[in-house]
Amino acid sequence: MTFIRSAILDELVDRWLSKVAALVALYVTFRGHNAPGGGFAGGLVLGGVFVLQFLTGREPHLRHRPIRRPTMLLGAGLLMALGTTAVPLFVDAAPLESHIWKPDIPVIGEVKVVSSMFFDLGVFMVVVAVVLMMLLSLGARGSSLVGDDGGEVS
Amino acid sequence: MVGLRRRPAIGALVGLAVLAASTAVVATRGIGASTTLTETVGWVSTLGFDLVFELDGFAVLMALIVLVLGFGVLLYSLAYFEHDSTYARFVGLFMAFAGSMTGLVLAADLFTMFVFWELTSICSFLLIGLNDKSESARQSAVRALLTTGAGGLCLLGAVGILQVELGTTAFADLVALQPTGAVMDAAIVLILLGAFTKSAQFPFHFWLPGAMAAPTPVSAYLHSATMVKAGIVLLARMSPVFGQSDLWRWWVVLAGVATMLIGGWRALRQTDAKLLLAHSTVSQLGLLTVLVGLGWSTALYAGVAHLVAHAVFKVALFLGVGVIDHELGTRDVTKIGAARRRAPLVVAALGASTLSMAGMIPLFGFVTKEKALVAVLDAEVGAAGTVALVGVVLGSVLSVAYSARFLHALLSEPDRGEHDAVANHHEHHESSVLTRVLLGAPVLVPAAASLLFGLIATRVGKWLVAPSTSLAGSAKSKLVLWPGINDALIISAIVIVVGAVIGWRAPLSVAAPHGKHRSRGERSFDAVYDATLGLAKRLTRVTQPGSLPMYVAVTSLTVAVVAIAALAVDGWPAFEGFVSDSPLTIAVTVLTIAVSIGVAVVSARFTAAVFLGGVGYGAAVLFLMRGAPDLALTQVLVETLTIVIFLLAMRSMPRSFAPASSWAPKTVRIAVSLLVGIVVPLLVLSVHGARTAPSVAEDYAPRSISEAGGANLVNVILVDFRGFDTMGEITVLAVAALGVVNLVRAAERHRRQRERENSNASAAAGSATGDVS
Repeated sequence: MTFIRSAILDELVDRWLSKVAALVALYVTFRGHNAPGGGFAGGLVLGGVFVLQFLTGREPHLRHRPIRRPTMLLGAGLLMALGTTAVPLFVDAAPLESHIWKPDIPVIGEVKVVSSMFFDLGVFMVVVAVVLMMLLSLGARGSSLVGDDGGEVS
Repeated sequence: MVGLRRRPAIGALVGLAVLAASTAVVATRGIGASTTLTETVGWVSTLGFDLVFELDGFAVLMALIVLVLGFGVLLYSLAYFEHDSTYARFVGLFMAFAGSMTGLVLAADLFTMFVFWELTSICSFLLIGLNDKSESARQSAVRALLTTGAGGLCLLGAVGILQVELGTTAFADLVALQPTGAVMDAAIVLILLGAFTKSAQFPFHFWLPGAMAAPTPVSAYLHSATMVKAGIVLLARMSPVFGQSDLWRWWVVLAGVATMLIGGWRALRQTDAKLLLAHSTVSQLGLLTVLVGLGWSTALYAGVAHLVAHAVFKVALFLGVGVIDHELGTRDVTKIGAARRRAPLVVAALGASTLSMAGMIPLFGFVTKEKALVAVLDAEVGAAGTVALVGVVLGSVLSVAYSARFLHALLSEPDRGEHDAVANHHEHHESSVLTRVLLGAPVLVPAAASLLFGLIATRVGKWLVAPSTSLAGSAKSKLVLWPGINDALIISAIVIVVGAVIGWRAPLSVAAPHGKHRSRGERSFDAVYDATLGLAKRLTRVTQPGSLPMYVAVTSLTVAVVAIAALAVDGWPAFEGFVSDSPLTIAVTVLTIAVSIGVAVVSARFTAAVFLGGVGYGAAVLFLMRGAPDLALTQVLVETLTIVIFLLAMRSMPRSFAPASSWAPKTVRIAVSLLVGIVVPLLVLSVHGARTAPSVAEDYAPRSISEAGGANLVNVILVDFRGFDTMGEITVLAVAALGVVNLVRAAERHRRQRERENSNASAAAGSATGDVS
């Protein structure tokens, strides 16, 4: 069952696009604090990559995806967000209160890290997991895109 | 054997140490203290919710009862539970209960009391249902929880009324204020409902005998000596406040008298010794309710004294019956006579406690019962006082009667056959010395106390002055063992003679009524319970018929109607600045509108889904043009994924939409759509122009970089300023995803099963044809 099938496209999506897009997704996530983006958008970008893989008939590939169990990712993301919410409580701060670190890393220089980044990362993980779960449950069945009434869709 | 090496037993020993230490603290800090110890624990201080405790005289007395009896019962449970796997749970819950009950009696205001009140209800529920494999235990637990829980809600209502009307729920303030009026009458009714449900007063008396499904230590402690006294504690605290109100007095007297008589009568008809005691508890609680709630200072004093007497003799009775049960394996009143040979000391203690319950001289029960009679005789509270007097006298006759019946059971000679059966049981249960001491001491000590308190009645009477006067300043009186010949003593003598004759002649074996395993109260409770659930089901069937078009229509129409109403009241929006935008915006808008009309018009699901995506993209472009790149980015991504997921889901759906339901012809649907389509934009316009408060952005923007370290305000709001919202949203997202996965799995399983059935059927058909050919 495929929407589109072509060797070049396969190669392109499989070899390059997915890797580049994964990088883009992380980039979108991390730039979010200062420019349009963020965990939600980043997660959706990576989700889009999975959708592309799926549409090019890469379902088996999805089965061997780096993320074996999206439910684990889902839980991990929720826990990370929850952890970021709760940790300030232990240092006598309000829940979710941000802490800003500015460590000086050799070669790169001063890097600004805000604690809410971890919250955003949690959101990112949840969104990726949700997209994967939807795709796998709704899409990964061996049925065709032909409706019950027999009409061809594509 | 008592396995002290078991971990629950270690827990119990720790519990014993805690109870002993608490007792010591209460005794040293509370008794004879010149100043009353108070303590405020901040809880939600910003809302004024603080837990306030006060160790006044009454609190000391009640706390000592709770802690000392708790110590005895926990000690007893060490031997009682022997091989029971539920013991660990019991110890934990028992300590939780003891803590809640201590908090309840120490509470200095109604709010604090309410908090601990609910905790004791929950502990009681869990302890009644300790044997969670028994259906009847679970049902009894639910009945008790729902009854006392409903009462707890009433109490909460009273807390609300008092707090709003008077600004305080502290007992001391309330006594000083002496509030009256119609609103206070409502508070009175609510408080009484709370007290009556907790203390099993008529018509809520049914849950207490059911609670006897719990193990004996639980029954002895919670459902006789302490928790059911919570209602009495509440009455005692509120009686000086509302006691002079007729509403309060009549309710208290009628409920108390009815409970006394019903409980006493039922106790005469029980064949299970533990149930006999349970009904006697109901009856005694009725007496306490009348005494404490009468609003007469001597009666309040007598109530406090009888509360002590009852706690002491009833705990011994329950635990003693538990010992008999342990020794003989039965609690049947026709068989427990055999216990005399096995455990003579315990039976003697039971006898003494029974005499105290009956009010026989020289036991403490006699002293307090006399005081009660004197107080009710003297009370100048009008007709209610007369009803109370008649009730107390008749109730005393019954209490002597069931005490006599219980004594009769203890002293009767069991049949020879029964005796052998009992002896056989005993051979399997040879108890060690330690077990016998642990089981026996908590029975013997309170029984001895009943006797001792009676002999030193004058001194005990002096000890009780402080608790009683801390409730109401005028509630000062004294106790004596021998009051001399007076009206009360003559009444007592008659009561004892009549009661003893009735009780001794009452048959021990009562044929169980057929087909009636539940009492009338339980049956009415179940009827109400079932009716409520039935109503909920019917309501759900009406409001959730399962028709998606119906839901959409109802939701949209409600929005439209509410919006029209709001707009009609607040004025229609102005249209300035509505069209004065760039031509590009207008073009995109028109395109979006066209596509959305397309969604409604096309007949194929697939096309509709694509058009729906088009609407989303159109909105994204508009977001971008209005300067919201974050929103636009997210919208585009979400829209893309949604279309794909839509298409995936549609693979297993018919290609075209189902024909419209008959209740919604085309005209209706168009009308609803048009209405919503016109009203919602109007609403949005008017909302946009209705801002009165400054935008939150003005507050957030300057803080964005300094406090949250981010330049993208939208993202900072999402992950920092309003991070809780995001937390909630991703949780919802996660739950939705899990729901989808499971729905699909369920559908898949269903489909496979159907296919298997079909293939089986066709295989069968095939073989049948083969046979024919």
